Amino acid sequence: MKDAEAAVSTVGLTRDFGSFRAVDGVNLDIPRGAIFGFLGPNGSGKTTTIRMLCGLLRPSSGSGRVVGCDIAREGEAIRRRIGYMSQKFSLYDDLTVAENLTFYAGMYGLANAKRRERVDAMIALADLRGRERTLTGALAGGVRQRLALACAIVHEPEMIFLDEPTSGVDPAARRRFWETIADLADGGATIMASTHFMDEAEHCTSLGLMYAGKMLISGSPDALKRELTVAAGKIWQARVPDSIGFLDRIRAFVSGGILDAYIFGASVRVLACGARLPADVAGAAAWEEREPTLEDVFVHHVRSSAGMEGQRCDA
Amino acid sequence: MISVRDAHKFYGNVRALGGVSFDVERGSVFGVVGPDGAGKTTLLRMIVGVLSPSSGTVDARVGGDGSDSKRRIGYVAGRFSLYEDLSILENLALFSRLYGMDAARAASRSRELLELTGLLPFGDRLAGRLSGGMKQKLAIAAAVLHEPELLVLDEPGTGVDPVSRRDIWSVLYRLNRGGVTIVVSTPYMDEAELCTRLVFLHKGRVLESGTPDEICDRFPHRILRVRTDVPETRRRLADFPSLSVSSFGRTVRVVVDGADADALPRLREHLARAGIAADVDAVRPTLEDVFVLAAESGRDVA
Amino acid sequence: MRRLRALIVKEFIQMRRDPLTLAMLMLIPIVQLILFGFAINTDVKHLPTVVFDQSMGQESREFIQSLSATQYFDIRGYAASYDAIRRAIERGDGVVGIVFGPDFARRLARRDGAAIQVIVDASDPMSASSAIAAAEMIGLRKSAAVVAEATGTGMSPVYDVRLRPWYNRDFRTPYYMVPGILGVILTMTMMMITSMAIVRERERGTLEQLLVTPMRPWELMVGKIAPYLGVGYAQLTIGLLVGRAVFRIPMRGSLALLYLLTLLFIFSTLMWGILISTVSKTQMQAMILSIFGFLPSILLSGFMFPRMGMPTVFRYLSMALPLTWFQIITRGILLKGVGLESLALPVIALCVLIAVFLGVSLFKFHRTLD
Repeated sequence: MKDAEAAVSTVGLTRDFGSFRAVDGVNLDIPRGAIFGFLGPNGSGKTTTIRMLCGLLRPSSGSGRVVGCDIAREGEAIRRRIGYMSQKFSLYDDLTVAENLTFYAGMYGLANAKRRERVDAMIALADLRGRERTLTGALAGGVRQRLALACAIVHEPEMIFLDEPTSGVDPAARRRFWETIADLADGGATIMASTHFMDEAEHCTSLGLMYAGKMLISGSPDALKRELTVAAGKIWQARVPDSIGFLDRIRAFVSGGILDAYIFGASVRVLACGARLPADVAGAAAWEEREPTLEDVFVHHVRSSAGMEGQRCDA
Repeated sequence: MISVRDAHKFYGNVRALGGVSFDVERGSVFGVVGPDGAGKTTLLRMIVGVLSPSSGTVDARVGGDGSDSKRRIGYVAGRFSLYEDLSILENLALFSRLYGMDAARAASRSRELLELTGLLPFGDRLAGRLSGGMKQKLAIAAAVLHEPELLVLDEPGTGVDPVSRRDIWSVLYRLNRGGVTIVVSTPYMDEAELCTRLVFLHKGRVLESGTPDEICDRFPHRILRVRTDVPETRRRLADFPSLSVSSFGRTVRVVVDGADADALPRLREHLARAGIAADVDAVRPTLEDVFVLAAESGRDVA
Repeated sequence: MRRLRALIVKEFIQMRRDPLTLAMLMLIPIVQLILFGFAINTDVKHLPTVVFDQSMGQESREFIQSLSATQYFDIRGYAASYDAIRRAIERGDGVVGIVFGPDFARRLARRDGAAIQVIVDASDPMSASSAIAAAEMIGLRKSAAVVAEATGTGMSPVYDVRLRPWYNRDFRTPYYMVPGILGVILTMTMMMITSMAIVRERERGTLEQLLVTPMRPWELMVGKIAPYLGVGYAQLTIGLLVGRAVFRIPMRGSLALLYLLTLLFIFSTLMWGILISTVSKTQMQAMILSIFGFLPSILLSGFMFPRMGMPTVFRYLSMALPLTWFQIITRGILLKGVGLESLALPVIALCVLIAVFLGVSLFKFHRTLD
């Protein structure tokens, strides 16, 4: 019943570098076919976690299974069945597009006929038809990224790890990239992608928020937003003339019930406990309810996990 | 305050900027938004005055007579450029001396800025041991020690955690309220929303400019959002007449012509016929929608 | 085998994409051989010489003529005092000073130890020893001639030392240098290239990508080495051709044997480079480490200085250098014309070195980024 098993599952996955704990007891459970978005700032442990799952780093403690194989003992089997695209788009600049693909196909031991077929399919996927003989070093960022993805999945892996696949790529190329990812997931592959673009999380079916080595929270984007509304409250936005002065007044005079208040361009936004704004705030401006962003969710959880004051609603 | 007129910049044969024009008004929080390689850093360096355009003009009129404009500009480079082996206070003391401030003034100004950035408790910590967000705040403090009129920041929010990013923006708004004009570059669309005015830079050209609201209002198309649990929805919408269909996790965004008033009911109908249970509503375009459209239509021209 | 083939094909393509480096690799043997072969000569001649002749007679002039006839001494001028000689040597106008005492002619006539002082600038020992040997030789010869003339016994000496310099009868430095340089060039290029090989992939991030494939470490190493075996052989061939054409290097032994044994040497230096690459974190480290290995190779291998003269510790140390054994092999085959039976020790030594480098590399190469 291997296939019924989760694509990735970990229990207490931990990794230390000297005295620094980069990943601290992470539990993951990614079902097959999911697009799992792994969110967090630089240095929060995303890359280290992904590297452990790919067999590039050994966990200091904890255990994990990837496509049904144990990451500590069955690295060989895992390597054959996963694809991994590292942050740097690790391609050989002095090889052509086709040579890079052929090389990686060879590294996964694809036989001649199969290799040609897959290289051809990947050239189509990366939209590089006609540029097979271009040197990789001459490609622009977005194109390199598509080629790197193609190289990582040339052997049709069932599980694909992408480490910051969209860093340094423009929004149009990013959107296109996520289309490809959605196609791969539709085709049955499971995807785990890390990113520090909060807005990219919307492309994922489920999310994990990583901060300072810990997994703060996970779930689908909608569920996370709903959960914020249930556990904390709603996001309200209003246009005010002097936003800073306004925020200072709110902070100084409001007794409680405001968990977060920040400037949003020409407006201010607040996260308020419960379904309504406190009366003294409600009267101060023309508020409209807004859907929380994932950043709202993230900030709330970081602050509550750090035990910061004023992050609780005591009804 | 800043006027950029048809600025070009070439590095050898590579065109970093290809004819950029815009104005920055005093008191604004101005965003230079674009992906890596769009020419943001080149543009900022010209505004600061450390790089000159190959042709065209970049003019930052600060300090009245403009004779000593460097003193009136603060600059936070993309890479942390303070001394990692000095403490926060030592770094600030060093820069205050470089700016030629007298000791008493420097001390009070440092304290004020450390308070503003929330770094006051960490004055003796080595800069190298600060988190990304704290480093960024320290760099900002050092850049505004000498009370410049203009603060230019190259991607202050990149790679910083969301909490720190929010703190950084709060510092920027406060400086702005104190009279400092802010020019900030970013690759993030959600940061672009935080600017009072912005330009979209793509391959060295300006694609769009204006306030975030103006830019979104100009978007000529409508966006219909489909929320569903059926995975193949996007593919099943391939035969629905639209400009583009893209999926975001479990939601699908369908872009239709702005003049097409009954697109929404037709889409509902289409989904119902395909047997897909879904919530459909029209949503306001995001800056990203605008950018993607502009970048794609301009792709072959650029 | 598919993976190994993919790796080797990739390396060949990459080599081909960088024709400049490849051309340099082929040029190095030519340039180096010509530089070393022509410029370096341990048999120093034409030493600038200053004479302080206080006797001013026929006898001293004749002696000076004999000295300059050896070609070791170029008489540059005459000094009027010891001080003048000192100054000439200090300025570098002279390396040798010859002083004849005022009573030189008289003592010579009496056969009473006619003193000739030979002052040499021994801050350069190589020039100094050439001068000393030549001056001594002249003194002995002239003494013997005088004695023979006086006793009427003809020219037959009592001790008849007959010199038979084998293998290089004329003491031609290039004969000795060129086979050595071949090894030095191979050590330098092979080690430096492969020392960059893995660490470059590490720096570019491609190693990370390779590590998630089912690749085995030995496949990577063999893949990196294979193309350079070819480069090494090309360098050897070019070097031998230049040596033959320009310096008329003798090739007394079997070239086939030389090519066969060179395989061991190239393989060992390549593995040494791989070892460096495996333990280095950056290309800079690898570069410094390979210079660290290269300098002792030049100094201790017997390329420039005879190993026999080294303190025991260094002699043992030199045994860990592949170049030491290759010097023995090239000089043995080219100059002496020996066969495999005389080269058993170098062959075994190189095999041991290969095993050690390979073993340590495989042990040090992690399949993870830890």
